[in-house]
Amino acid sequence: MKLFTTLINGLSQTNSSLKKTSLLSAYFIQETNELNKLWVIALLIGKKPPRTVNTTLLREWCAEEAGIPLWLFEQNYHIVGDLAETIALILPISDSKFDLSLHECITQIQGLKNKTETEKKDFVLLMWRNLDEAAKWIFNKLITGGFRIGVSKNIVILALAQALNVDKNTIAHHLMGDWSPEKVSWSSLFSFEEGSADVSRPYPFYLAHAISETDLSALVLEEWTAEWKWDGIRGQLIKRNGEVFLWSRGEELIIDKFPEFEKIEMAGHDFVIDGEIIAWKDDKPMDFQSLQTRIGRKNVSKKLQYDTPVKIIAYDILEIGLKDIRQIPFDKRRKILENLVNDSDQKQIILSPQLDFVDLDTLHEWRNRSREIGAEGLMLKKKDGIYHTGRRTGEMWKWKVNPFTIDAVLIYAQRGHGRRANLFSDFTFALWEGEKLMPFAKAYSGLTDDEMKEITTFVKNNTLQTFGPVSSVKIELVFELAFEGVALSSRHKAGVAVRFPRILRWRKDKNVSEANKLDDLKELLK
Amino acid sequence: MADLLVFTEKGIYCPQADVYIDPWKPVNRALITHAHSDHARTGHKQYLATIDSVPILKHRLGSFIKVQGLRYGESITINQVEISFHRAGHIIGSAQIRLAYKGEIWVASGDYKIENDGLSGQFEPVKCHTFITESTFGLPSFKWKPQAQVYQEINDWWQSNREIGRTSIISAYSLGKAQRIIHNLNSDIGPIYAHGAIENTNEVLRGQGFNIPLSPKIENGAKTDQYKGAIIIAPPSAIGSAWTKKFGDYEEAFVSGWMNVRGIKRRRNAERGFVLSDHADWTGLNEAIKNTGAHRVFVTHGYTEIFAQWLSEQGYDAKAVKTAFTGDEEVDTNAENI
Repeated sequence: MKLFTTLINGLSQTNSSLKKTSLLSAYFIQETNELNKLWVIALLIGKKPPRTVNTTLLREWCAEEAGIPLWLFEQNYHIVGDLAETIALILPISDSKFDLSLHECITQIQGLKNKTETEKKDFVLLMWRNLDEAAKWIFNKLITGGFRIGVSKNIVILALAQALNVDKNTIAHHLMGDWSPEKVSWSSLFSFEEGSADVSRPYPFYLAHAISETDLSALVLEEWTAEWKWDGIRGQLIKRNGEVFLWSRGEELIIDKFPEFEKIEMAGHDFVIDGEIIAWKDDKPMDFQSLQTRIGRKNVSKKLQYDTPVKIIAYDILEIGLKDIRQIPFDKRRKILENLVNDSDQKQIILSPQLDFVDLDTLHEWRNRSREIGAEGLMLKKKDGIYHTGRRTGEMWKWKVNPFTIDAVLIYAQRGHGRRANLFSDFTFALWEGEKLMPFAKAYSGLTDDEMKEITTFVKNNTLQTFGPVSSVKIELVFELAFEGVALSSRHKAGVAVRFPRILRWRKDKNVSEANKLDDLKELLK
Repeated sequence: MADLLVFTEKGIYCPQADVYIDPWKPVNRALITHAHSDHARTGHKQYLATIDSVPILKHRLGSFIKVQGLRYGESITINQVEISFHRAGHIIGSAQIRLAYKGEIWVASGDYKIENDGLSGQFEPVKCHTFITESTFGLPSFKWKPQAQVYQEINDWWQSNREIGRTSIISAYSLGKAQRIIHNLNSDIGPIYAHGAIENTNEVLRGQGFNIPLSPKIENGAKTDQYKGAIIIAPPSAIGSAWTKKFGDYEEAFVSGWMNVRGIKRRRNAERGFVLSDHADWTGLNEAIKNTGAHRVFVTHGYTEIFAQWLSEQGYDAKAVKTAFTGDEEVDTNAENI
C-alpha cells in the first residue's frame, strides 16, 4: 500500500487543486496494478465498498484495545469528528509490519462479510496491531467506508485526462454510472471506441450557476429561452436497445422507485432524456413532501402509485437512436425532444413548457409566478448552447425566487465533523409558541468559520445541559434562517417542516423576544 | 479544615495568604504561573513569579509593574502559607505553584508539558494532596510523537522547499513555540527570519541568557528575493494575511497539538501541520497526576468535564472548574490562536 499511502499523504499536504491533480496523475502513471488504480478512482469519487463490519463493534474493540471506557471513546469521537481517524489516534502506537496492496486490503475486508464476529475481530485487531498510525487511518477508512479527503471528482477526472491523454469530458462520461472495480476492468472502463460503452451509462449532468443582476442585464434576450425550474429530482431516463434505466443526479439507478417508467415507449425510439422527476396530480405538481414518500419506500405499492403519481418533465434530449447529440444547439435538441414527445402515446413524460417573453419585465413576471405554479424559479437557456459537462456559466443560468426567511432562536448546538471538527456547527432553532420555544429546524450551513468559532465560545460558556454530543444553550442568540418552502408534517413536533433551511445571517441586533412566532411560519402555509 | 485554595470570581484564591493565582480580575497580590496572556493579566498591584518570568512579564505588561522574582524551589511564607515555584516545562519561566499550610499541600500547575524542550526546563513532579491541572489535550486521541522526530519533519520540509526556491512560513505563538522552533531549526539549511513580534520577545529572552539563534526581523519594503528559500517564523495572526504576500512563492505550516486532528488542519487551510505542543498529551496528563500522589484533582481548562469524569472513574476525587484560562495558543476557539 506504499504508493497509495504516499499518494494520500501528498494529497493531504496541499491545498492546490493543480498539485493534487498532478500528484494523482503521476500515481495513475506509476501504479502498474490496474485493480489498485480502479479502487483509487472508485474511492475518491465516492463509491463506497459495502461495509462488512458494524461500526459499533469497531468502537467497542478500539476502546477495549486502548483500555478506555466506551463513553470516553464516544466523547473523543465527537471532538475528532471522524470515526476512522478517532480509532487510529486512540489505539496504542505500533509499527507497520504489513504491506498489503490496496486491492488486497479491500478484498480481505470484503471477505469478512460472512465471517463470525470473532473472526472479524481477530482480523481487525491483527491489522491494528501491525500498522503504523497513517496506515491504520487508511485501513479504518477502508473498513468504515467513505474516503472524503478534499479531492473532488473533478480533480480525479483531470488527473485521468492527463494520465491517459484523453479529453476531460470523455473521462467524465466514462466515470458515470454504477460501475465498481469488482465488475469492470481498466480497459473496459476506459475503452474509447464507439459502441463499446456500457449500455446503461448516463451522461454527466449539465448544471447551472445562479445568475447575478449584472449577468441578467447583459443577456441579449432574443438569444435566450426560459422554462420553469421545477422542484423534484433531477434525473436521466435512458432507453437503449429497448432497455430502460433511470438515473438520479447522484448516479443511482432509481427505476425501482418509479416503476411508471419501466415500460416507457416513445414510438420505438431509443433516447436519453434529461428531466425532472416530479409528483404530479390533476395537471399540477404536488409538494416535495409527496415525492419524498416515493423515495422513502422500499416497495412502491399500486396504492402509492395512485396516490402520488409521478411524471418526468423533460428538459432536454442528449441522445437519439444511440447518437450522442449533446454538441448540437439547444433549439435543435429541443425540436427533436418535442417531436419525440408529441409523436408518442405515453403520458409519463411531458415537455417542460417554454415561457414567452419580450423583455426583462415579462421575465420578472414569470418568475414572480413561480411559487403559484409550484416551481422554484426560472431556468434561462441560450438557444445555441450545447449540452456541457458539469456546472458551467454562460449558456444556461438558474434564476430562483428569493427564499422565505424567518428569525429564530438557537436552542441546541452539536459539534461538527470533518473540517468542522471540534467546532459547534450543527444547530437546532426554535420559534415562539406562547411562552415556549418550539424547535422547528436544524441548519448546518451559512456561517463563516469565524462566526462558528464565536458561537463555539458562546456554547462552551453557556451550556445548560449536555445530551451526548448535543448541548442545550442559554436562550440568547437569534439567527435569520432562509428556506424554500413549508409543509404540514406529522413527524415534526412543530407540526410543520421547512425545506432546505440554512442560516442567512446572525441577527446580533435582535434579542430573543424579537424572534418570530411559530404562527408566523404557519401563516406561510396559506 | 477549610480548603487552602478556592475558586472565585476573580481567580484561584488562597484566603489564608490573601493571594490569587493567575487572577483574571485586578487583585492586590497575584502569583503568576507563566507569562501567557490568559494567565498573566494587567492591573494587579503586586506580582510574584519565577525570576525567569520577570523580564518577559515586564515586556508584555509594562516595565512599571511591581513584580518580585523567586528561584525555582525557593520559598516564601505569607501568613504561615509556604509558597514555592516548581518547573512546569510549558514555556520559559513557567511554573507550578505549591502552597503548603499546616501540612496540607496544594499545587496549581498552570499549563505544563512533560517532555523537556531544552528551554523551559524539566517538569518537576511535586507531591501534594490536591492538584489543579489543565486538560487542553485531555483526550486519549492526543498522543505526541517524540519532539526530535517533529523537528526532523520541520527541517525536512524547509529543506525541500528551499531546494525549489520556495519560502517556508511557519506559524508559532510568539512566546514559547516560536523560540522552541528556532532553537531546533537546522541553521545549516538556510537563513532564519522572524516576524517583529517574535524577534522582540527573542531579544528579551537572549538578554536573560537563553540560547536562541539570531533570527533577523522581516523588514518593511524588503525584496521577495531576499527570503527565497528562507524560513520565516510568524505569529498565527500573520498567517494568511497580506503580510505573507510579499514572500512570493511560499508555503505555510502550523505547529500545534491541534494539527493532530485532520479536520482542524483542513479548516486552517494549512498546507502542512506539524504536531508539536507545549501542553501535556493524554499520557503526560495522566502520569503527571499520578506522580503527584494527590487524591483530589481540579480540572481547570480544556476538556474539563470529560477529563474529570475519567479521573473520577480512576478513583480520584475529581471536579471540573470554570476559569478564564484558555490554554493560550492551543485553544481552537481563541482569536489569538492557530
